Amino acid sequence: MLPERLRSFFRKEGEPVSHGSHSVGPGSSARSSLSSGLSKKSGKKEPPSTRQSRGLEQFFFNIRDVVGLSILDCAGANQDNINYLINLGHKVYSQDLVRNLDEAFGRDSADQTNPSRIEYFLRQNFDYPPDTLDGVLLWDSLQFMSPALLNATLERLYEVMRPKSYLLAFFTATEKATEVPSHSFRIADNKTILLSERDIRQAGQVFNNRNLEKLFGKFESVKFFLTRESLREVIVRR
Amino acid sequence: MSSTPFRTPESDSRNTATIGKAVKIVGQIFTKEDLYVDGDVEGTIESQENKVTVGPNGRVQASIRAREVIILGQVQGNVETSDKVDIRKDAKLVGDITTSRISIEDGALFKGSIDIKKAEPKASSPAPTPSPAVATPRPQEPVAAATGVGAGAAGVKR
Repeated sequence: MLPERLRSFFRKEGEPVSHGSHSVGPGSSARSSLSSGLSKKSGKKEPPSTRQSRGLEQFFFNIRDVVGLSILDCAGANQDNINYLINLGHKVYSQDLVRNLDEAFGRDSADQTNPSRIEYFLRQNFDYPPDTLDGVLLWDSLQFMSPALLNATLERLYEVMRPKSYLLAFFTATEKATEVPSHSFRIADNKTILLSERDIRQAGQVFNNRNLEKLFGKFESVKFFLTRESLREVIVRR
Repeated sequence: MSSTPFRTPESDSRNTATIGKAVKIVGQIFTKEDLYVDGDVEGTIESQENKVTVGPNGRVQASIRAREVIILGQVQGNVETSDKVDIRKDAKLVGDITTSRISIEDGALFKGSIDIKKAEPKASSPAPTPSPAVATPRPQEPVAAATGVGAGAAGVKR
């Protein structure tokens, strides 16, 4: 009899997530669908797009001139991100955090308050020795977590990140948003991301700057970049 | 990203050992030729100079060490190659990878770490000639004849 962890590993799953953004060129629209309204109105997924990211630029600026770092990329494995990080000389850890949210909790955010499920989720995704990670690319995953899960996740991240390391996270800046599109993210260069919409998800909670400062209160510093796509890009220093 | 056409082992089966999809092996597998796993394997797979392919029906709970590893099915375990790891669409790998080169297709699921090691320079020793024992034709039963299954470890279920 296989233990639960292995049985769930071999369990047949639904359609794999598609990350088909390779056809996107630099001439694509810079306007993204990250704000909560656009996709919902049409009911269709936004086409893949590219955009500049000050947060990403800052993240790579902070880790410049250093090689051999351990970087956790929570966008799910894709060739672009792996190539980019490996070419910088880093070791890459890969997770698909949004997908793993569904695997651990289903689509019902009510389950995200269950302590044993939360512990299972943390074990599955952040089972690293203390002070392992030098950088974490969380992308938009945190905004789909309930307060209980989010706090537990940040507690665990604080443990597994090295002091003076950085994490990057995106949050919608539309304060009344209840549903937010989730995206897959690919790194084009140090300040450009290719993103394609995955689906529309319930927002775990909505943050303003004050909430975010409180959320990351244990960390050393928090820096915001408000984008024209109604998005807060957040760089947090452990 | 387009999926690279994959040749099934039938097309070049002379030097490929095959574990069929109705076969389960528990134990250590050592092989001196390419290995195609389309069944279940629990344990370890070692094929230092050769290629290991986990087929679409393959379910491997094992660490794999080989020159090259291609995954189309499911693998839970660490993968170490001297050359390349190729994770194809719909494949699933949970484990840490140590390799020189890596390719991941869209739709593949990977959870773990990737550590890139520079390829070791090729030794100048003469090319190895296959020993008669290894060069035996692939048997009808594709399980273990061409592979070395660890002593006392193998359990084959059909």
